[in-house]
Parts: sequence; structure tokens; C-alpha cells
Amino acid sequence: MAATSVPLGTTRRPAIKPGRILIYALLILFLLLFLLPVYMVIITSFKSFQEVDLSRMWQLPVSLNFESFARAWEVLAPNFANSLLLVVPATAISAIIGSLNGYVLAKWRFPGANILFPLMLFGMFIPYQAILIPLVQFLNSVCLVPNADGTCSTSLYGNIFGLILVHVVYGIPITTLIFRNYYTEVPDEMLEAGAIDGSGFWGLYWYIVLPISLPGFVVVIIWQFTQIWNEFLFGVTIAGSSAQPITAALQNLSGSQIVEWNVQMAGAFLTALPTLLVYILLGRFFIRGLLAGSIKG
Amino acid sequence: MSNRKFYALLLLTAVLLTLGIASLSVHAQDVSGDLEIFSWWVGGGEAAGLEALIARFGELYPDVNVINSAVAGGSGVNAQAVLSSRMQGGDPPDTFQVHAGSELNDTWVAAGVMEPLNFIYEEEGWTESYPEGLISLISDAEGNIYSVPVNIHRSNVMWYVPANLEQWGVTVPATWEEFVTTTCPALLAADVTPLAVGQAWTQMHLWESVALGVLGPEAYAGLWTGDTDWASAEVTSVFETYGQVLACSNSDRDGLSWQDASQRVINGEAAFNVMGDWAAGYFLVDLALEPGVGFAWSASPGTEGAFLMLSDTFGLPVGAPNREAAVAWLRFLGSAEAQDIFNPLKGSLPANTDADIENTELYNAYFQDAYTDWTTNAIVGSLAHGAVGYGEFKDGFSNILAVFATDGDVAAAQAIAVELWNEVYGE
Amino acid sequence: MSKAGRITAFFVLLPSIVLLAIFVYGLIWGTLTTSLTDLERVAALRGLPGQFIGAENYERLVNSGLERRFRIDMVNTVFFTLSFIAACLASGLGLAVLIDQKIQFEGVFRTIFLFPMALSFVVTGVVWRWLFQQNSGLNVLPTAIGLPAGNFSWHLSQDKLFTFNWADVPNILVMVVCGLVIYFALNAYMKKKSQRAAFLAAVAFLLLMLVTFNVPNQAAPLRSEEHGFNVALFSITIAAAWQMSGYTMAMYLAGLRGISDDLREAARVDGATELGVYRHIVLPLLQPITLSAMIILGHISLKIFDLVYTIGGENPLQIDMPGLYMYFVTFRSGDYGRGAAIATIMLIMVAIVIVPYLATSLRKERN
Repeated sequence: MAATSVPLGTTRRPAIKPGRILIYALLILFLLLFLLPVYMVIITSFKSFQEVDLSRMWQLPVSLNFESFARAWEVLAPNFANSLLLVVPATAISAIIGSLNGYVLAKWRFPGANILFPLMLFGMFIPYQAILIPLVQFLNSVCLVPNADGTCSTSLYGNIFGLILVHVVYGIPITTLIFRNYYTEVPDEMLEAGAIDGSGFWGLYWYIVLPISLPGFVVVIIWQFTQIWNEFLFGVTIAGSSAQPITAALQNLSGSQIVEWNVQMAGAFLTALPTLLVYILLGRFFIRGLLAGSIKG
Repeated sequence: MSNRKFYALLLLTAVLLTLGIASLSVHAQDVSGDLEIFSWWVGGGEAAGLEALIARFGELYPDVNVINSAVAGGSGVNAQAVLSSRMQGGDPPDTFQVHAGSELNDTWVAAGVMEPLNFIYEEEGWTESYPEGLISLISDAEGNIYSVPVNIHRSNVMWYVPANLEQWGVTVPATWEEFVTTTCPALLAADVTPLAVGQAWTQMHLWESVALGVLGPEAYAGLWTGDTDWASAEVTSVFETYGQVLACSNSDRDGLSWQDASQRVINGEAAFNVMGDWAAGYFLVDLALEPGVGFAWSASPGTEGAFLMLSDTFGLPVGAPNREAAVAWLRFLGSAEAQDIFNPLKGSLPANTDADIENTELYNAYFQDAYTDWTTNAIVGSLAHGAVGYGEFKDGFSNILAVFATDGDVAAAQAIAVELWNEVYGE
Repeated sequence: MSKAGRITAFFVLLPSIVLLAIFVYGLIWGTLTTSLTDLERVAALRGLPGQFIGAENYERLVNSGLERRFRIDMVNTVFFTLSFIAACLASGLGLAVLIDQKIQFEGVFRTIFLFPMALSFVVTGVVWRWLFQQNSGLNVLPTAIGLPAGNFSWHLSQDKLFTFNWADVPNILVMVVCGLVIYFALNAYMKKKSQRAAFLAAVAFLLLMLVTFNVPNQAAPLRSEEHGFNVALFSITIAAAWQMSGYTMAMYLAGLRGISDDLREAARVDGATELGVYRHIVLPLLQPITLSAMIILGHISLKIFDLVYTIGGENPLQIDMPGLYMYFVTFRSGDYGRGAAIATIMLIMVAIVIVPYLATSLRKERN
């Protein structure tokens, strides 16, 4: 994380030069390009169905109409709840596991760790299609609630617990990586001082490492929150219908045959809202989290 | 009274009581809990029909909480993928929509994951009320019946607006050859799309109408029994004609749902559209058009006297979480009452012959016409809608048509179709 | 530190190792073995194992007329990956350089360029599908300033660029390898490692001769079949680059901020122009970041699924991808063996990109 620890927010005072007008013009042009889809989502979702007319697509709505949000919410609310139920525990658990793993790998090097670590990291790059078929069978084979006759009433498949487990497991590599890089920068002397005081593995973690881990946790939580919230393939293959997350439901809404674009755009807006809020509120950390995802930044 | 007698009597009472409760539970309000109904009916007349059914079911069984899980995607293209992963994951819905024929038999029945429903048919007297041919489509060789049909659909229907045709100076073509050589050039000259076609599955839907029109019902049926050789010159001419028909269609096919394509006919952007009679549900319910005026229909070219059928049915998977409610739903679904609620909205014919088809308030001119055809025509099964060739053949064929839509190579398409047939059904 | 602590440390790590061993390597093994069988839905639901059929599924994917769709997908993946990486690198670097000019409201610009990254590909897909509508959306945007409406088919375009024959793929692959060898040979030559350069040049010459005499094509005879780069993929590239170029920008920006002002100042004092400073000082220093970005972006594009599914729906072949096809083969056709084979090929493609990267970046770290 050497590069990422350089603060991105430093502003150095400019000296006015003629070429700067060009720079601002280019930046504003890009800005407009990036905001174009946002403009479209917002104006379309505030229109009524009658007003969603191809010829007036780019025009502002005549009046603010919240009907499409109500419609989209009606459809997506249960899935929104599912996504929250999934993302909160999955993020928390994978952050805790990542912190412990990172601590072990950064400060308790043992033989073989150099081989183990890249083998762990590989897990975050694989296409999930490559594990999907056996995963479905595996989840089905783990029974949570058996029937009296020995058959299974509730397995991990089609169940929020299965989804949480899967997201935790496939989140371990990235959370471990981020914490490991974070803890590597903690001077060994700090821990050695603690060790002299007689603290063991847990003591050092609890009294020295954990208290300075907050920034690491923020990065990991933001990263995992957005990744899990935005995930789609697992949502559509292993969640069944009762645990279906919001991305799968939005896709389904958008595939509906009589296309009500205003409702779709409102649905897209609702789906994007939580991660956008996280991003706007904690953007600085978000950037760090992103860069940590590229191993060295 | 001896002990033995006493116990016998007690047993008899118990049996009678249980039977009484059982028969009560069939029609009474003992059924409760969640009932997940899985389908691909998310929009238009079909969704309206399903919702009307659910509403009436809710009056009969107020304690049942119906969960309507519908997966978007016409003809079930996405729903079947979701259902398949759920069945594999051991998480079946309580009941699900499945096309009668190959789609039911060659997958779920073959895998042994469906419960036979003969008990319902016997108790409700449906063996008399449902056409024999239809029952055989949803039964295995041992006579186990595996689903409850809710409707009969016709795939080979061509839709148009009479006033528009008049304005453009064309008539409904009697054969595909007439369409390609006469109708299509005339319409192109008038700057009208001759035929509106939508995304992939609607192209297969069109293909089967072309095949039926070119081959006739007997040779078409032979495609699925092996009596018609896929390498024959007749099949070559099917692909040739299909290519010419496709050339008369819009170029943005992949971007259109079936409703979009049907809509183009109503808007006067296109002259014809080949679609199943759920389009009638769309025209009648969603667009509130008058049959014969706002829209009109005929059998797709060259298929007069042939009825390319498909049927939406619902089955009972083994391990349905709420079997009792699912059975209650199936009993309701198969009843004449339910079929008269559903079919006028969906645009389909009731499968149950006890339904009130003579009632012209419910079933207007379109249905009367279709019903006459259903009872008199030669019946063949639809490929695009799971009656024949479901699974590997259908999906492989869908890829063949997708490639054909881009290169129009008849010889290549036919050669690969032959290969596919041999791979799936060959020795 | 203490030995007891070390043992505890190992046991703390152990559950993660076990979980990843099962869920990554165990399940990959499961996919691999499934891909060598004819397992399909009916047998699987009956709890039966598939028959072992060796590499038949793979042979079919590479060479059977039934699997043209898969080969279209592979060509699409290559094209999409190239255009997506190019688009992200170009716009990411451009934005980073612009933002690095000590501008006002830098935070606002940065936030806006990066926010699409917070979205799901499903959201991006839904929004861009609306923008790609033929009779509206981007096509009518020019009319807002009085220009005529565009007439692009976007993701539905049937046009192809650079058509080639599938049977020539072995030759093409060898040519690509040859090009890489020549690049390394030149590199070695510039660094005055003449022995290595000569060896590499000889290898390149040998490969060139092989292609001249058509050896690769004959050694691996493939079906004769026309393929090309689908223009429709540019729309997927636009949507994906909209989402990911902010990420590339952030990576470059971090790199730029890591280059000290003194270094640039020194170059300016030596008389370098502003452009010269970038060309000779900044860009070379950003090279490792470019490589990292290429790999991160590349592995995203190789496994893309949700974006294409949302924009394209069922199966428009011009934007189809292996990830999508795997989903439909497995779950719609119910052919698990073939689905597993497609998944394995996807994994191999990703591994080719990722494994060397993991190996080198960790080795570098250790040194």
C-alpha cells in the first residue's frame, strides 16, 4: 500500500496560465459525459408513465412524480431487505476474519506462508462460474433443518445463510490482503515492546493491533459492502426466491416485457442508493479500498 | 361388544373422521401457509390472468399466503434457468409453470422430481373433462399424469390490422411463397416493415410457423419423430423460405420483446406479426382493441387447417414445501371456474372442456374462431414452447437460428441442424 | 515472538485456509472433473454420476459446428477485453493528468469520475440499455443542439471488423507469440544483452517460418468458419468504461502523486517542455501502474456476465460472452459437463493473466 498512503487530497495552488482554460474545458466535458446517465436516471424516474415518451426522453419532467419510486419500491422492498440482511453480517464477518488473518500474515510469519498467501489470493480473481456447478451441489448437501424422515427441509441452498457463507469465504482473500498490507506498516518494535510485557498472540492483537485498526476496517467494510451489495451471479443462481438480493430483482424488473422505463430507472436508483451513500460519505476511504484491490496500488 | 369389535369400530370411526377431514380440507379453509407459484408471467394479459387467479384463490383459501415468483423473459427463457438451478439446489417452489410435452417429460419427469397427479384427476373427474391427446402429452408411459394444464395456445397465428392492409393495398398471403414474392415487395415499396419480429425466441417461433407452412402438418410432426429427414430437400426449402421471410423483417429484432413487435403492427409500422395467441390477450386487455377491427388474425401462411399447439401447465414437484396448498392450487387451477377466469385475459383457450367456451361474453369472436380450429384441425406440437424437442435440441437450435440470422447460410444451418438432431436423438 | 503465539497464529489462519481449500480449490477440482463427463440435469437430479468422456466437451467447444456460439463468444471476449482496457487506460490516464494540474475543486471532479465504480453492473446495464434505445437515447441527443439524430444500432449492430477464418487461429496465435518474442528481443538488444537478443531473434524467425509453411494450421486443424470483431461490443465497452475508468484514474493519480515534484522540476530546469516532462519522466514511472490496471481490468472483462445479461437479455450473439453462455448451457440446457468445460476455459484465461502477476508482485515485495 506504499503508493496508496500518499494523500490524494493535497491541493497545490495554481498559477494562472492560458493553457488552464483548456484543462478546465476538458474536465467539464468529461464531467458532463459522466453525469449524462445520472441525469437520465433522475429525470426519467420522476416522470409518469405517460410522460416517458421517446421523443421527449431528454426533457425535464413537467412535474415531480414519485409514482415510479413507489412502484419500484413495492417490487424491490423485500429484496432490498434481503440485501441488507446479507450484506451486514457478511461484511462484518469477513472484516473480522480478514483482520485476524492479516495480523497473522504480517506479524507471525511462519514457514510456508509465502506459498499459502498467493494461493489464498488467487481465490479473489477466479470467475465464479468456475465453482458454480459444484457449489450448488455442495450448498444443497449441507442440511440446516432435517425432516423427521431424514430428508432435508432447509439446506444452505436458497437460503440467506448459504449466501452469507459464500460471500464471507470469497471475501477472505481481499480482506486478508488489505489488512495484511495495513499491518505490515505497523512497526515490529511496537509489538515487540508488547511481547516483552508478556502479551501473547491475543494480547498483542487486542491491546496493540486492534486499537489502531480502524482505518483498515473502514476500507475493508466499504469494499466488502459495495462488492456484496452489487454482486449478481450468486444472487441469481444460489439465492432461490426468498433470499434473492436486490440486483437479481432489478434485473428481473428490467426484463419485464412491458417496459416501464420510469419504474426501471427508479429501481436502478434505489438499488444504487446504499452504495452511493457509502461512497459519498466515505469516498476517501473508498479510493484506498479500491487501490488495495490491486495488490500494490 | 367384544374388544375386537370395539377396536374395529373405533378404527372405522377414525378412518371416517380422517376421510371427512381430508375431504373437508380439500375445499375448506384448513389449508394455510405460504404458497410459492413460480412462472414467467410478468406482464400484460398473462400477468393479469395470473393475478385474477390468485385473487380468486385467496377468497377460497384466505389463510394461504400466495407468493407470486415470476421471472421475466418471454417463453420462460430466463425462468427455466432459475428453476433449473433451484431444482438442482433442492429448493423447488410449491408449484411451477411448465409447458406440456417435452419440457415437462424429458426433464423433470425423467429426473423423477415430479409427483403424479392422477389422484386429483380422479377425484375431480378430469379424466373426462380434459382432451385425451392433451392428457397423453403430460403423462408417462405408465399413465401417470404429471401436471394440470391451464390453457391451450396456438402458435401459428398471423396478426394484422385490416384497415392498414387495405391502405397499403395488400391482402393476407395464403402461403409463405406468396408472402415473399408478392406481399413483401409491395410493402417494402410502401416503406412498411412487412413482418415485425422480436428477440431470439420469437425467431424460433417464426421458424416453426414457416416449417409448418412449408412442410405441412404431417412432415412437420415427422421432424420430431425421425420420420422427416432433417437432411432432406424439404428441410432445405424450410431454411430457404425462413431466410427470405427474415429478410422481410425489421433489423433491430434482438432489441424487441414480443409485445414490442406486436405493437409495431398496431402502430402501423409493420404489416404482419407471427405470434402465439397470447398476442390476443395483449391486444384485448392491454391495448383494449376490438377483435376484427383493431386487430385481425389468420393462420400463418400455408398452415390453414393445422394447429401448432402449446399448453401452459402447472406441476407438483417432489418436496414442495407446502404440498397441501399446492394441491389445493392445482385443484382450483384445473377447475372450469379458474379456466374461465384466466383464459379470457391471457388470450388462450380453456384446456378443461367443462369451461364455458360458448359464453361469448367471456370468449369473444377471436376465441370462438380459435376453438373451432382447436376441435377440427390437425394438432402438432410447438418447438419454441416446449411441446417438442425441449432441452439440448431446442437450445442448440436456438443458437443455429441466431447464427443464421447474421449470415443467412442455409447449407451451414441445415448441416448443423442434422448434426444436432443426430447428437440428441440419434443412436 | 513466542512459539506458543506462533502456534496460535497458525490455528487462527487455519479455518480460512480450510474454507478456501474447499471453496476455491475443491470446487475448481469439482468443475474440472465434471467437465470431463457428460453429466446433465436429469442424471444429476437422480443423483447419478456422469460418464467419463475425456476431453470430448472441449473438443466440441473448439471444433464442432454446434458450438459456433462459443467461438463467437471467445472472439467477443478478446475484442471486448482489448477495447475495454484501451478505453479505460486512455480515459483514466487522461483524467488523472488533468486532475493532477493543481486544479480547483479537485475533490468534486474526483468524486464524480469515480462514483460509477460504486454501482452494480446490473444498475449500469439497466441505465445504458435505456440510453442505447434505437429511436431515442444517445441517438437523439444531438438533436438537443440542433444536429440530426444519430442512427447507430449500438448493441444490436450486426457489423463486423477484421473478419478472419477460425481455421487460421493456430497461425494467428503463433504470430502473436512471435510478436511478443520480437518485442522481448528488441528489449534485450536495447539493454545490450546481445546473446539473449540473438537467441530470441532466432526463436522469432523459427516461429515465422512455421507460419509461412502453415505448420500451426495443419498441426491443429480447425473448422473453416468466418469470425470477426463485432462492432456491437463498443456499446458494452462504453458502458463498462464509464463504470471503470474512474478506477483507472484513481490508480494513475496515486502514481502521479507518488512522483516527487522535485524530479519534474529538475527536468524543467534542464529545459524539458511540459509535454517532455510527461513523456520522459512521468509515463515511464507510471508503467507498473499501467500493468496493474491492465490486469485488474482484464480479469474483469474476461469474466463479465451481469452487464451483458442486463443490456442484451436472452442471446444476441454479437455481444455474447462465455460467462453468459456458461450460465445458459448449465442452467437452461441442463448440460453440466459442457457448462463446466466453458467455466474451466474461463478459469484458464483468467489464470493466464493473474498467476504471473501474483507471482511477480509477491516476489517483488519480498525483495
